[in-house]
Amino acid sequence: MKTRDTVIEVKDLVKKFGHFVANDHLTFHVYKGEILGFLGANGAGKTTAIKILIGLSKPTSGKVKVAGIDVNKNPEKVKRRIGYMSQRFSLYDDMTVKENFRFYGGVYGLSRKQIRERMRFYLKKLEMESYEDMLLRNIPLGWKQKLAFSVANIHSPDIIFLDEPTGGVDPITRRQFWEMIYEVSDSGTTVFVTTHYMDEAEYCERVCIMSEGKIEAMDTPEALKEEYNAKNMNEVFIKIARNVE
Amino acid sequence: MSIPVKIENLEKSYEKVKALKNINLEIRPNELFGFIGPDGSGKTTLFRILTTLILPDKGTIRLGNYDVVKDFKKIRKITGYMPGRFSLYMDLTVEENLMFYARIFKVDIKENYELIEDVYSHIAPFRNRRAGDLSGGMKQKLALSCALIHKPDLLVLDEPTTGVDAVSRKEFWELLKKMQQRGITILVSTPYMDEAALCDRVALMQTGRLMSVEKPQNIVNSFSGNILTVKVTRMHPLLDELTGFDGTDRVYRFGDTIHLTTRRNPEEMKERIYHHLTEKGYQNIVVTQAEPVIEDCFLALMEPPEK
Repeated sequence: MKTRDTVIEVKDLVKKFGHFVANDHLTFHVYKGEILGFLGANGAGKTTAIKILIGLSKPTSGKVKVAGIDVNKNPEKVKRRIGYMSQRFSLYDDMTVKENFRFYGGVYGLSRKQIRERMRFYLKKLEMESYEDMLLRNIPLGWKQKLAFSVANIHSPDIIFLDEPTGGVDPITRRQFWEMIYEVSDSGTTVFVTTHYMDEAEYCERVCIMSEGKIEAMDTPEALKEEYNAKNMNEVFIKIARNVE
Repeated sequence: MSIPVKIENLEKSYEKVKALKNINLEIRPNELFGFIGPDGSGKTTLFRILTTLILPDKGTIRLGNYDVVKDFKKIRKITGYMPGRFSLYMDLTVEENLMFYARIFKVDIKENYELIEDVYSHIAPFRNRRAGDLSGGMKQKLALSCALIHKPDLLVLDEPTTGVDAVSRKEFWELLKKMQQRGITILVSTPYMDEAALCDRVALMQTGRLMSVEKPQNIVNSFSGNILTVKVTRMHPLLDELTGFDGTDRVYRFGDTIHLTTRRNPEEMKERIYHHLTEKGYQNIVVTQAEPVIEDCFLALMEPPEK
């Protein structure tokens, strides 16, 4: 088998807040074009790790390389190569759809022409062309999330980080969202995604399960189900979380 | 005391948007009643009217003998509400949040502790931690404790488990069942279909309307068509492969399988799908018939009309 290129390399990552160890010696890697599901209970340390990977927070110790760049030394350089979408905040509610595209396109250094082209492309795909001038706050959550995903992709990043992109979204929109994920993954973008929906864990190529700051398991859903003798990922997750308690 | 809820001809609009369209619904005393629907379907608007926070344009809601408009003060005393967006003060500690709610409702924590004990005991070890520093699951438990501290007859929970992990969700529902055993009527909204199955009855809502009100089992029983689950080694392209396959009504990804709905003879369909996928070079093909789950029913109801 051909060896796959690695786009994220994490070695002995530790993050402490005072005495509290949020990330306890994490070591893992992510392949190019892979869809990696990053799972864990609330408070397991997922968001802390993501913030370090995307250069928003500095690790206490350890090495983190994203897209071949040492995040600790060059956080700004990393930011150009990645897209990030968080559940809480991704687009500005008091700006229109168009203004959000322009703002993020500008932040990522795209030309006006490029921004216009990318925006047309995405709005057409989402069948939202007539919503260009609508304020984000008037757009339903499911649509917002699909827009946010498009905006996070506007600069064709190497890796896209999605933090609970489908929380509270209806079952049809959730599925449409995953088709969008597959599409960017097919075009070579690496997808790093967190979710609490265990059916979505099955859609990932590999899954990493964190618990109390540590990585408890990391493998394909198939292998994890076999290892934990579980029918589905929900059972795997519950077994792992319960074991730790 | 267990209390019933009666909703009649309820309507509410925000400027041009009709948020609720002629809602009629009766919820029995001590029922654990679920509302399922996508964002924007009207669940939160309904809950806000029910908890006297906004006024309906038309129609009435009665909790027992109380009217949500005329008797709003009484209703607030007997209702516990946990809004979707966080109801806690992040810079107050766990204990301070609880004290705050107890003071507002003029109740004594010690006197009512017995009711919240099941819930609060999980977070009591962190009583001096700020609410903002709690994990998602613990915040939900604190919010539930605060909503229960005045011994309400009716508990209204707006998406209490959104953003909460699978283990905490399970615990949360175990707690809800305990609250129900104490005679409280519980209304809860959720985007998780597996939680719908835990309710006594559920209402499916879409764009301000009640699409159906049923026991979970009846929803599943009334599903029309047969569900076939399809599994192969390489799942990713399978959805496109089966979309539009002759005899197929709907195809959706469902975790590690694909659910295909058909009104044709399931045995014949199974065979044809198997042959088709074999020809296309798929491996380890498994096609089986399965019972529908609530999510299948919801997807069928939600299916947008043909364009």
